[in-house]
Amino acid sequence: MKTRTAFVATLVVAAAMAVTGCGHVMMMMHGKNVARPAAIEFGTGPRASASREFTATLQPDQPLRPRRMHTVRVAITDAAGIPIDNATIQVDGGMPQHGHGLPTRPRVTGALGNGLYEIEGVRFNMGGWWEFKLAINAASGSDVVTFNLAL
Amino acid sequence: MTTNKLLLALALVLVMTMVSAAAPRGDRWTTEEVGLLSSLSLRELGPVPADPTNRVADDPRAAELGRKLFFDTRLSANGQVSCATCHIPEKEFQDGAPLAKGVGVTNRRTMPVAGMAHSPFLFWDGRKDSLWAQALGPLESPVEHGGSREQYATAIAAHYRSDYEAVFGTMPPRSTRDAATAVFVNMGKAIAAYERTIDYAPSRFDRYADVLQDTGRAPEGVLSADEVAGLRLFIGKASCTNCHNGPLFTNNEFHNTGVPARAGLPADSGRLAGADAVLRDEFNCRSRWSDRRSKCAELDFLVTGDHVLERAFKVPSLRNVADRAPYMHAGQFTTLSAVIDHYNRAPEAPAGHSELEPLRLNAQERRQIEAFLRSLSGDTRQ
Repeated sequence: MKTRTAFVATLVVAAAMAVTGCGHVMMMMHGKNVARPAAIEFGTGPRASASREFTATLQPDQPLRPRRMHTVRVAITDAAGIPIDNATIQVDGGMPQHGHGLPTRPRVTGALGNGLYEIEGVRFNMGGWWEFKLAINAASGSDVVTFNLAL
Repeated sequence: MTTNKLLLALALVLVMTMVSAAAPRGDRWTTEEVGLLSSLSLRELGPVPADPTNRVADDPRAAELGRKLFFDTRLSANGQVSCATCHIPEKEFQDGAPLAKGVGVTNRRTMPVAGMAHSPFLFWDGRKDSLWAQALGPLESPVEHGGSREQYATAIAAHYRSDYEAVFGTMPPRSTRDAATAVFVNMGKAIAAYERTIDYAPSRFDRYADVLQDTGRAPEGVLSADEVAGLRLFIGKASCTNCHNGPLFTNNEFHNTGVPARAGLPADSGRLAGADAVLRDEFNCRSRWSDRRSKCAELDFLVTGDHVLERAFKVPSLRNVADRAPYMHAGQFTTLSAVIDHYNRAPEAPAGHSELEPLRLNAQERRQIEAFLRSLSGDTRQ
């Protein structure tokens, strides 16, 4: 009796491992054991910066698609919603699960006023989870906002 | 006893459910997978993008002139080399040789022509940023066509004056190097107009992906079970779509995949040198020979001088890949199975850093991926 119960238990555990183990192997395959953020963390914003200094919203010229060169406007406000002008912004990003950065060097090419800036040269060269980071330096302070984008 | 029997029955049901979930899923694809497969379909490609640097890019008369130039061996130092010497139409516009042979031998493998108008950078190192600028490189390379722009301008005046003038206007008097260059550049723009008409026809994979997307069901008899299993590995465990994505199965970028150096060739830094070269190129988008010199976004936002570019080479399309061995930038691998074996083992790069990691594919999985790659063959159209 005890043997049979043990056998049943072993079967259940083995079956469970067969299923959950599969997902684990897929994670290992990419070598970078970085968990993809929850769905609610994705999108073009509004998104708060790391220390909640700023809120930024991305406005792509067209829906973001792999292999296409995009121009992306970003609207930046302080925590109270007041537009931030005269900021300098460094653009960075990449795919945390693949360990590579952006395939181009996008940069701010125009300050349009009312907290709006234009970033040109934005390209993503495959589908999946991308980080798009803006290091914002304004009179009121500095902070980084990180967007998670699903291409 | 009864409880135990019930427990046993439940466990067996659970095991069977889980085993069937882990078993090969054949032609059953999730919604997300169907979306990924359709993103690889040729019908997603769209028309050839405009080339604002070439005002005759879509002029049929320019394309016809370009076609004639493409096959003309008079445009070489020894009268025996044309573009088609290495870009052979019957062979996917390539030559099947590890290193291209013109009047001499180059250090790289001939690239196919179909679909190249969709690529922002040309050559294995991307040292050119338009089809027309690319076409001019081999004409003056001492080991390819081996001639000079002055020689070619003379040949155009002698053999193509009326065709040329119908497209580009009166030929300039050939008294200066600039005048010869102007004719030379227009030759490149005509050849580019021709090359823009060369594209891929759908493969069995495309039929499979299109029917799957349109009907929600995979068609029967289009792909074999091994090909479908290979496709599943291609988009999954083997991570091929990290680079070979989109309808041309390339992200048009440059990657170091640890491809071994070919014995006897000088060190090749690939994109690291290519990115610098395209910025300096006499015929790039910003040059005075370009028909638009501003807003050259590919150059304006170019990555240069980064260690990841060391020995990175262009990701080639995988369309018709089974029909054009040998593989890699200097024909290092003679078979598809050797290529797949390389990606599976992920050896260290001879210089720079390989982006690969071992895939741990077994022999059956490697065969299945190769079977899938063979389903990507269709015609090349012109």
